[in-house]
Amino acid sequence: MKEADEFHAILKDPVSYGRKMKEQGRKIVGYFCSYTPEEIIYAAGAHPFRIFASGENIHFADAHFQSYCCSLVRGALEGALAGNLDFLDGAVFPHTCDSIQRLSDIWRMNVKGPFHADIVLPVKLDTESARSYMIDVLRKFRKDLASHLRVEITDDMLKNAIGTFNTIRRSLKRLYELKAENPGIISGRDVYAIVKASMMMDRDHLTEALPAVIGELEKKKGNAELYAGKRIVLAGGICNHPDIYRIIEDAGAVVVWDDFCTGSRYFEESVKDNADPMAAIAGRYIERPVCPAKHAGIFTRGENLLKIAKEKDARGVVFLFLKFCDPHAFDYPYMKEFLDREGIPSMMLEVEDQLPSEGQLRTRFETFVDML
Amino acid sequence: MNKMPEIVLFFLAKIKKLALHFKKKKKMKEIMMVYYMEAKSARISGRKVAWITSGGPVEPLIAMDVIPVYPENHGAMIGASKMGTDLCEKSESMGYSSDLCSYARSDIACATVNGGPIGGLPRPDMLICCNNICGTVLKWYEVQARYFNVPLFIFDTPFCHVGYAEEVQRYVRSQLDEYVLFLEKACGKKMDSDHLKAVGKLSLEGQRLWQAVLATTANSPAPMTAFDAFYHLALIVTLRGTPLVIDYYTQLLEKMKDRVARGIGAIPNEKYRLLWDNIPIWPRTRWLSEKLASHNACLVADTYTSAWCGTTKYIDENNFFDSMAEAYTRIYLNIGVDEMARIVLEMVDMYKVDGIVMHSNRSCKPYSLGQYDIQKIVEKERGIPCLMIEADMVDERSFSESQVSTRIDAFMEIIKERKGA
Ligand code: SF4
Ligand code: SF4
Repeated sequence: MKEADEFHAILKDPVSYGRKMKEQGRKIVGYFCSYTPEEIIYAAGAHPFRIFASGENIHFADAHFQSYCCSLVRGALEGALAGNLDFLDGAVFPHTCDSIQRLSDIWRMNVKGPFHADIVLPVKLDTESARSYMIDVLRKFRKDLASHLRVEITDDMLKNAIGTFNTIRRSLKRLYELKAENPGIISGRDVYAIVKASMMMDRDHLTEALPAVIGELEKKKGNAELYAGKRIVLAGGICNHPDIYRIIEDAGAVVVWDDFCTGSRYFEESVKDNADPMAAIAGRYIERPVCPAKHAGIFTRGENLLKIAKEKDARGVVFLFLKFCDPHAFDYPYMKEFLDREGIPSMMLEVEDQLPSEGQLRTRFETFVDML
Repeated sequence: MNKMPEIVLFFLAKIKKLALHFKKKKKMKEIMMVYYMEAKSARISGRKVAWITSGGPVEPLIAMDVIPVYPENHGAMIGASKMGTDLCEKSESMGYSSDLCSYARSDIACATVNGGPIGGLPRPDMLICCNNICGTVLKWYEVQARYFNVPLFIFDTPFCHVGYAEEVQRYVRSQLDEYVLFLEKACGKKMDSDHLKAVGKLSLEGQRLWQAVLATTANSPAPMTAFDAFYHLALIVTLRGTPLVIDYYTQLLEKMKDRVARGIGAIPNEKYRLLWDNIPIWPRTRWLSEKLASHNACLVADTYTSAWCGTTKYIDENNFFDSMAEAYTRIYLNIGVDEMARIVLEMVDMYKVDGIVMHSNRSCKPYSLGQYDIQKIVEKERGIPCLMIEADMVDERSFSESQVSTRIDAFMEIIKERKGA
């Protein structure tokens, strides 16, 4: 759909987009991972810009990372060392996995941006002391960022920011729901581009652009033709390969939901109204579906995936992992078992920087879709 | 009461006999054997068993008379007895990626078949996971908590990229109380705080002794090698907080001091001194030590075994419990790469080494990612060469003997040239 064009354009060339914003005098703070409190960055008057792998051949990052490090971490450092992220006023690293942890160190030692923040969140999210520690950490980040950007971040600014991000999250969720209810209404590739570019786009513009997309879809949904493809759910960390959606659709299936950090984990749960905005932001992280690098019980991720699959009436699940990603690889066997027990077929695809050849992928997906 | 099965009586008698035996001699093998036998017969003797990560706070367990068992130490044994590759393959057939930590992989597989050199670890009554070494242990212990269906306590030690923040101290300190409550519930009895104090004292003393043992290799020739340290390490990992450790390392220290006094070196003709970085390549330690000795090179120190005594400076002798929070949080693997590099430089100076051998360990990302930067810093600051060996601590499929051999030869050539020998 044409409303998705501007999102595709950003994804195609995030560097130019970032530089253009910079030229307009904006402060830009790069970040990793869905546990970054974007609300605080936005409240500080800066623009939160999610960093992904640069997608280029690894040249500089090889001098810092061994080959057994995931492509997200290597690719992100590559982008920074190649000078592609020169528009950033700082970078924020929430603590998640062992690789991101070292990326932060190596970034701090070699990229030397003007502002470097580690947000070392608790690893467990299910105790009271972890909650109050998380609030402490968020407070500290608020203070550090304010003093670095020489601004004041008031509670009112934070509440305003929380409102903006809740709106964005609600819109993205609505987009997913529309797709799940009428899979033929918008292509998987468009949904992918919209949600991912939302993490880089100017948020004030985004709060207008998303409703425009959704408005179009709401209009279309009454007379959308019934889509006959088999309904599947994607699960994993991040997806860097929009082509996957097309190949899946060609194989006769359609993605109706996902459990990705560049997907549903990004928009699930709102920040509640709360006298203390930091406690409210922390509250969302605690209630939100958890990432495998965090702990909220030993069955939560399996149960959540099962819930998604059932609620969305999915016939099967495709696990999509980055090679060398430990947290996801550890959870895979039990999550698969959860699905097996309920008779939900699944397949697993592990990708590095590049997708396997299209022919090979097509065969794998066709075989899988045929048995659904 | 039921009559105890004969085999059990035999087992218990054997433990007793061995215990008496090593009271006199204190050989590592026997100590470890008794330790594992005791752990394996815990169900009979009515004691509880906890699985705990290698960097975890073990003292409260000892104070509660719980037997701590270390899956990582078990992993090292599996690796050293060359049984790792099989078990790793087995875990892969269970769906675990071959890129995961091989301690975790072999342990997860081993639990289901009771394999490995000692027929598997005893079933845990509880799991204690401290993430001060990595995030892998969190995922690994979740797997085992599901498998054994026992309570899991996560002792969360936030990573210290730079410094140690006060909110971290608050959080970790409060978890110490939670930990004690967890143990009291699991054991159905109260913690005896005097006992805990005593255990803390022993733990600190053990760590200091271990530190002193390692420091003897600052002498030339070094009275022992890092390979010896890999071997003697088992006690400070598994039994710290017990008097056994004190006796053992006191004797070892005397022995090393005596060797130093008499100028006896660990290798016949020590000419070059090297520092080792990362976990040993367990199935290949012997090969490697012979290979290096053939070049008259001695691995005099390493960053790995010193991790169990690297934070004594944070421990308050008179308040072990409170100071544990900081000591367990600021260990070697839980700090930034630049601080690690600083520690490596200190070791380079203290042990007067001519070069560094870095094991780029596919299994251990927190240890290995960052090595390239440390290498550059060392080369720049001290002008000594670093050799990078890519391998794995347990899984032999990642080891190419011919390749490593050639690289060591080339590396030793550089060192010889530099030393003008
Ligand atoms: S969680 Fe996985 S994909 Fe994400 S940075 Fe860590 S290893 Fe890479
Ligand atoms: S990843 Fe490294 S630190 Fe963690 S358990 Fe494995 S070897 Fe140990």
